[in-house]
Amino acid sequence: MNSTRQEEGARGRVVRLTEQARAPVRFFLDGRACTALAGDTVLTAILASMGALRGSDCGPEKRAGFCLMGACQDCWVWQEEGPRLRTCSTPIAEGMRLLSEAPGDWP
Amino acid sequence: MSARVAIVGAGPAGARAAETLVAARLAPIVIDEGAAAGGQIYRRPPAGFARTPEVLYGSEAAKARALHAAFDRMVAEGRVAHHPRSSVVALAGGELYVLGEAGQARIGYDRLILATGATDRLAPVPGWQNAGVYSLGAMQIALKAQGVALGRRIVIAGTGPLLTLVAAQLRAAGASVAAVLDTASMREQLSGFSGLAARPLVAARGLAMRAGLGRLYHAGVRVEEIEAGADGVAAVRWRDGRGHERRTPCDAVGLGWHLQAETHLADLAGCRFDYDETWAQWLPRADRRGRAGEGLYLAGDGLRILGADAAEAAGRVAAAACLADLGLPAPDTAADLRLLARSERFARGIAAAFPWPAEMVRTLPDATVVCRCEGITAGVLRATTDYGGPDANRVKALGRPGMGGCQGRYCRLASAEMIAAHAGCAPQSVGRFRAQPPVRPVPVGAWVEKG
Ligand code: FES
Repeated sequence: MNSTRQEEGARGRVVRLTEQARAPVRFFLDGRACTALAGDTVLTAILASMGALRGSDCGPEKRAGFCLMGACQDCWVWQEEGPRLRTCSTPIAEGMRLLSEAPGDWP
Repeated sequence: MSARVAIVGAGPAGARAAETLVAARLAPIVIDEGAAAGGQIYRRPPAGFARTPEVLYGSEAAKARALHAAFDRMVAEGRVAHHPRSSVVALAGGELYVLGEAGQARIGYDRLILATGATDRLAPVPGWQNAGVYSLGAMQIALKAQGVALGRRIVIAGTGPLLTLVAAQLRAAGASVAAVLDTASMREQLSGFSGLAARPLVAARGLAMRAGLGRLYHAGVRVEEIEAGADGVAAVRWRDGRGHERRTPCDAVGLGWHLQAETHLADLAGCRFDYDETWAQWLPRADRRGRAGEGLYLAGDGLRILGADAAEAAGRVAAAACLADLGLPAPDTAADLRLLARSERFARGIAAAFPWPAEMVRTLPDATVVCRCEGITAGVLRATTDYGGPDANRVKALGRPGMGGCQGRYCRLASAEMIAAHAGCAPQSVGRFRAQPPVRPVPVGAWVEKG
């Protein structure tokens, strides 16, 4: 599982074109340590190393966000603790623990 | 006590409305989803980003700077009650239900100015539910606010000024654009040309940008399908203007057919709506100054899609109408009203030149997902029309398109088009999806009284 993730790590969806002189921020995705840049949204942070954010609730397709302006609700992910996050409008923060799949106790 | 005026939105319209009220010594409440004022068009990157407004906004940099400075000054001087990063999710009984970072609040008002802006107008394309398909606006936000491209090889498809603008901006920033597919034919584009003479400079800028795209740009395209593998988008299949099949490999697609007014709050506030044939959408009814009901004013793209310059004017005009209705001295808005009239001629020309792809939507295959949120297909929509009748709200209640997270924003126009085509009537005769509160999802228990 971990090795697959790392291979995907080389092929994130997002391409950073500019503004890369920002401080690194460490967070965890599915228990794995990842690095983002201060000022990234959670969406940018995850898609910098992954092709998508999570599985879909109504079909086989994965989800990676759609509008980036808080209008479509396509982009949420789970946290290990606490409520789901709308990733396009939430800044990444040091130590965040995010999940691309529902935690066990999710109804 | 002076009147409590609330403004929803701090883009060009909301910011200028606030400024007009502040000049008349009122202290408006401004509620905005952004972290800083500017709206989508003049959106600012988070702290720590270094690009200048000249890089971010190009020819419009001076306007962006002026708007940001004017609003930030009012906030610094304590002349507006600014609620950034906050969504108005419902309104009733003279109160706004606001969800912000600190939790929820109810904010009372005497008069309300809605400057809610616009979202991308989307038409479904087979396969658009896959990871890596974004709205054109999303592509632009990623670039401006995060400095990133949402793929390594991007196809841009749809129509309207944003199509060429986003493609040009992506390329200038170093992203790889594989093709720019415009569903408007050259003939349609020429038909809108007379209206474009109302703002020749803007029109010329658009044409120059188009020329810069060279052979990447194709007009009169039919987008057939977005192919995808397990990891998301893999290619776009399309037909060129001569009807030849083409296929462009890519890992991301930006889609958009111009913009649609964001009208959910106007709907909850009780506005009347009229179907506008040119813009092919339902738009709220208001007078020339934005008056849309008792103590209710609309301004900017949330009323008519006229763009940022006109939105600034509309914000000033609506605030002046509000002041006059309060019996207070109001500034002269004759020049702004003239700009609005000119902008409307131009925008109608643009809307005619880059039309909604009605024919493409009507003939979507049954398997096409129309509602991305709930996975409702064209076939289900048609079957529901068969037994529910050609009525958008009945089909919505029975088949559940438009009931998902986006509240129908991205499927309602296409759904109405398909229901109408299936029943053999005009899209306006099937009605429009009515908005329901909350207009943004609310965590369970947000308004449960504590104690
Ligand atoms: S991508 Fe649409 S709400 Fe986040």
